[in-house]
Amino acid sequence: MNGVRATQSLMKTFRRARERDTKPHAEVRAAASKNGLLLKLELHSDPRLLSAVRGALERLTEVMGLSAPECRSVTRAVDEALTNIMRHCYGGRLDQPIEVTCSRIRRRGAVGPEEGLEILLCDRGPAVDPAKLRGRPLDEIRPGGLGLHLIRQSMDTVEYRRMRGTNQFRLVKYFNPVKSQPNC
Amino acid sequence: MQILARYINTATIFDVSGDIDLANSPEVRKALLHEVRENRPPRVVMNLSKVRYIDSSGVASLVEGLKASRDLGLRFILFGLSPSAREVLQLSRLLRIFEVYDNEDQALAS
Repeated sequence: MNGVRATQSLMKTFRRARERDTKPHAEVRAAASKNGLLLKLELHSDPRLLSAVRGALERLTEVMGLSAPECRSVTRAVDEALTNIMRHCYGGRLDQPIEVTCSRIRRRGAVGPEEGLEILLCDRGPAVDPAKLRGRPLDEIRPGGLGLHLIRQSMDTVEYRRMRGTNQFRLVKYFNPVKSQPNC
Repeated sequence: MQILARYINTATIFDVSGDIDLANSPEVRKALLHEVRENRPPRVVMNLSKVRYIDSSGVASLVEGLKASRDLGLRFILFGLSPSAREVLQLSRLLRIFEVYDNEDQALAS
């Protein structure tokens, strides 16, 4: 229970900070539920669980009405972010905690409200050096260092914060819901 | 994820099925590099038609296979890319550095 309370408190703190910081963008939480929460996953830092998270994200993005390429973009970004957490924040340890929280958000766009999917990834590894979050130039052909680039290409907002011993990666994708069910 | 090798004329074809991600990309890398360095077939062909998803660590394994092949004067060929696999190579600006074909016949006739 203490772990749950700590998580709730952490989320509350982050939400307040985010609302404060994003006010200029006029982001407003959807009225679908009290805080827009759609899905919350808690997992260990075991790479074998990545496919389970991808499956959940594929279904969630389908249900929300994202197009097939958008479904793939969001799934890819979350998968790459989790991979980075497992490799770099936890150094390959398999039993460390990770939380994935997906919420519906809205912002005022130029032609009216825009719907968005926000994914918050939290881990308790050491703080990340912001300089290492820049990624590498793609001009040179070599393996490695592509994950961050793929995340940035796939999402509209990518943010990192360190708060109370927790790394928090916030990813947002804005979209126009499609009526038919896409095949992701 | 499964990776199986078969041999047709001068080519080694790897049939890969399942997703390639952090959990299994080391296995792909190991199989590729072993084949390239130990057996040195003139053509190494990756059949990705049953691979729905490749992450950046999977792409890194393919790049390593390509570089090892080039170092030894071998060809490294991909075919059967899913939309997701094609997108990840495009976003990484790597699609143009690989030899990519739609199917096995085209890959072997090239």
